[in-house]
Amino acid sequence: MAIPLRLINPLLGLVAAPLLLGIINRTKARFAGRTGQPLLQPYYDIWKLFHKGAVYSRTTSWIFAAGPLVGFGATVAAATLIPFGSRPALIAFEGDILLFAYLLGLSRFFTVLCALDTGSSFEGMGASREVTFSALSEPAMLIGLAAVAKHTGHISLSQMFLSTTPGTWLEWGPVSVLVGFALLIVLLAENCRIPVDDPNTHLELTMIHEVMVLDHGGPDLGFILYTAALKMWLLGQILVGVAIPVRSGNPWLDTSASLICMVLLAVLVGVIESSMARLKLLHVPQLLVGATTLSILALILLPR
Amino acid sequence: MTLFLGGLIILLVGGIGSFFAGRRPGLASASGAASAVTGSLLAVVPALRTLSNGLAESLRLSWDMPIGSFFIEIDPLSALFLVPILGLSAIAAVYGVQYLSHYRDQKNLGVAWLFYNLLVIGMMLVVVARNGVLFLVAWEIMSLASFCLVTFEYERPMVCRAGCIYLIATHIGTAFLIAFFILLGRQTGSFDFDKVPAMSAALAGVLFLLAVVGFGTKAGFMPFHVWLPHAHPAAPSHVSAVMSGVMIKTGIYGLVRAMTLLGAPPAWWCWLLIAIGSASGILGVLFALAQHDLKRLLAYHSVENIGIITMGLGVGLLGVHMNSPTLSVLGFGGGLFHVVNHAVFKGLLFLGAGAVLRSTGTGHLDLLGGIIKRMPWTGFTFLAGSIAISGLPPLNGFVSEFLIYLGVFKTGLTGEPEAVIFALIVIGSLALIGGLALACFAKAFGIVFLGEPRSAHAEQAQEAGWAMRFSLLVLAVFCVLLGVLSPLVIKSAGSVVAEITTLPAAQVRAELADVSAILTQIVVASLILLAAAASLGILRKRLLSGRSVRRAVTWDCGYARPDSRMQYTATSFAQPLTDLFGFFLRTRKSISPPKGIFPSESALHTETQDLSERYVYQPLFERISSALSRLRWLQHGRLQLYVLYIALTLWILLIWKLM
Repeated sequence: MAIPLRLINPLLGLVAAPLLLGIINRTKARFAGRTGQPLLQPYYDIWKLFHKGAVYSRTTSWIFAAGPLVGFGATVAAATLIPFGSRPALIAFEGDILLFAYLLGLSRFFTVLCALDTGSSFEGMGASREVTFSALSEPAMLIGLAAVAKHTGHISLSQMFLSTTPGTWLEWGPVSVLVGFALLIVLLAENCRIPVDDPNTHLELTMIHEVMVLDHGGPDLGFILYTAALKMWLLGQILVGVAIPVRSGNPWLDTSASLICMVLLAVLVGVIESSMARLKLLHVPQLLVGATTLSILALILLPR
Repeated sequence: MTLFLGGLIILLVGGIGSFFAGRRPGLASASGAASAVTGSLLAVVPALRTLSNGLAESLRLSWDMPIGSFFIEIDPLSALFLVPILGLSAIAAVYGVQYLSHYRDQKNLGVAWLFYNLLVIGMMLVVVARNGVLFLVAWEIMSLASFCLVTFEYERPMVCRAGCIYLIATHIGTAFLIAFFILLGRQTGSFDFDKVPAMSAALAGVLFLLAVVGFGTKAGFMPFHVWLPHAHPAAPSHVSAVMSGVMIKTGIYGLVRAMTLLGAPPAWWCWLLIAIGSASGILGVLFALAQHDLKRLLAYHSVENIGIITMGLGVGLLGVHMNSPTLSVLGFGGGLFHVVNHAVFKGLLFLGAGAVLRSTGTGHLDLLGGIIKRMPWTGFTFLAGSIAISGLPPLNGFVSEFLIYLGVFKTGLTGEPEAVIFALIVIGSLALIGGLALACFAKAFGIVFLGEPRSAHAEQAQEAGWAMRFSLLVLAVFCVLLGVLSPLVIKSAGSVVAEITTLPAAQVRAELADVSAILTQIVVASLILLAAAASLGILRKRLLSGRSVRRAVTWDCGYARPDSRMQYTATSFAQPLTDLFGFFLRTRKSISPPKGIFPSESALHTETQDLSERYVYQPLFERISSALSRLRWLQHGRLQLYVLYIALTLWILLIWKLM
């Protein structure tokens, strides 16, 4: 497919990612009986932050300034690897899932370093939790994707998605369900949503992601919010591509269908956040190991 | 070959020269380092030539001893190991000049340089030797020279103990290797590698096990790794870099060489390598997480990386076993590329740790902090090494791990139950190792270099001298280059992989061309990363121009007197993970919690002793010594009776011979 058409995927992500947060917040507001913020509020927030000055801690070094840039760069690079609907990704090759996972790892590494750079004990605490939980969610994601790879016979995300059709649901539905659940847990954990982390709390002791970025302000915080939204979009795309494969043959139709699925996913996350409490931190590893177990089951399951 | 021998001789002459110049530290260092650099640069030429054209060069000299012969050969496999050995040795030598100058008034530097050059000579000979006896001689030169370097600061009790453990461990390994070579050479009566006959499956199996234990002890396979966490922190830092970066790789070299001699691999060899690799990888990084000392942490990471390399070899061997060229090319290609990569980034990290140690006087993580502002170059290069060792793109560590991953993903696709289990183990281990390594290096870099200084040690830190900075920078540049140029670099592995797998060279090249195309895509994605980050940087500059940019204190929740001791420490950073995996780590904790309304002193002390040292080696050695103590009555110091023993033994032997 022509390069300009392939550019649609990452561009769509770059434009629409903050919308997911808006939908989640709106859903949560509805559950709480409130009207809630406008759907586009995340865009307004980011815009507002872009037009502020900045305060840097005297403790920090250049790492603190570089962190948001590297995080954004890595996430954008990851966005070029993700197909959307049946439209292949900008860059597709055998094993691109691995590059995707490790690019997110690079982004995380710099977020954690920025947190440690401030010398704040709260941020150190968040950083410590982040590396703990991500070390456990990584096997869940990679083994889950290996299961999909095994069943589709492809190890490039674009081809995996192309060969996942509603028909394959009949063939190996249980695998899709298991991997879908595992990826949902990974999505919630990686994006710091309930039940792993609460994006709304301002009690530093219980937070993970929010506490790591306490000292960022102004445009930097805007970049971080935007990168976080993009990451959520990307993981959502993988989940939707695996679990709800709508393949009509017309790429435009498929793209629209996938967009609708993304909206539904955001609503689902909102519902989960509204109906569940945050898990005790000590119980989060159990959840993530559970996700890994689901992935392992999916991999060793022999359909037919 | 002339250049190679020339390099050897320069190293030897330079080493001896610096030994005799021992009273004048400046001259000794100059002679040792200059000869190490020129000798290495000379000897690396034939290695690079062999690597590029795939042709082996050999030399056989007559040898006056009854057994063995001086038979050396530089084939692609030897060349692949020679290049990092010589490269890192030269760079570490430059670093060593400045690092050792600290000891110029207390120590005889000539001795240190003599043994350094002997260590390089030993490693060079180990990878080119084609005769069992020559190999063992070279192996011992390497082991003893490195022992003498480990005990450089012998007056410190901890160093003495480390040297002792190393000496014992390495000789246990050598004992297995002697058995290996004797069994190998028994049938033909020659120890030359090119005369190894076809053998029965049982004998090949026994030989393989001997090689795994013998070479694995040097390489640092779990549970034979006990000497690494002692010896690496004890040695001077440039020696730690060479030992961890390349010397332990001679164990990997030996194992691969043994595989080429032993014939077609049965399935259990692959499974054994995968099991060892996965155990070494996961436990290595877990124990690294629990360490408080920077160099000890790095030593455990060597165990982890050896695990990754071994998994790569296991994948490659499985490819040979299953007749799958793609798999064997990816497995061996990834594993051997990781050998080179690990030499670069682990060398870099040990040299960086040495710079920190030299300027602050401590390697204790919880006493450091905020050094990046005082040592910007060291900080920057250590960060590059940390990214590389955590296997993050776009640096070199990612590429080799990626190749191994790709291999197992492809195995998993075949759908055979055995292959799926295999893929599950390797993917699960690599993913877990990746996550834990990220945690560990976030800790190592974050606690040492970022935040506020945690002690006066860290406050007095000063940037390392030019020679040390130069070495760090060169290695950091290699981390980047090996990552960005990986599509080209991987092609040079063609002849090596063809040699190990005995596949046709053309087929291997075709496979590697596919791999190279994939790696090109990774490089493109990396460029997108850089472009996106750079453009965002420009955007931020634009956004902030004309607005207020202030410096203030870190947000402290309104607390009035923030103190650097309130920062998270290395121990607390790793605590969730070490608790989670407490079953393996068995960390001993002694806590005296704050008590009462006005708490006075409180303390927390954690210590993680090595699992196999505590549960395998210590009990084993205690058993052996208690069993042998029953024979103590034989040894009483009376010379006349000892002569009687000798006479009796000879008498018995004579009777035995006559019968």
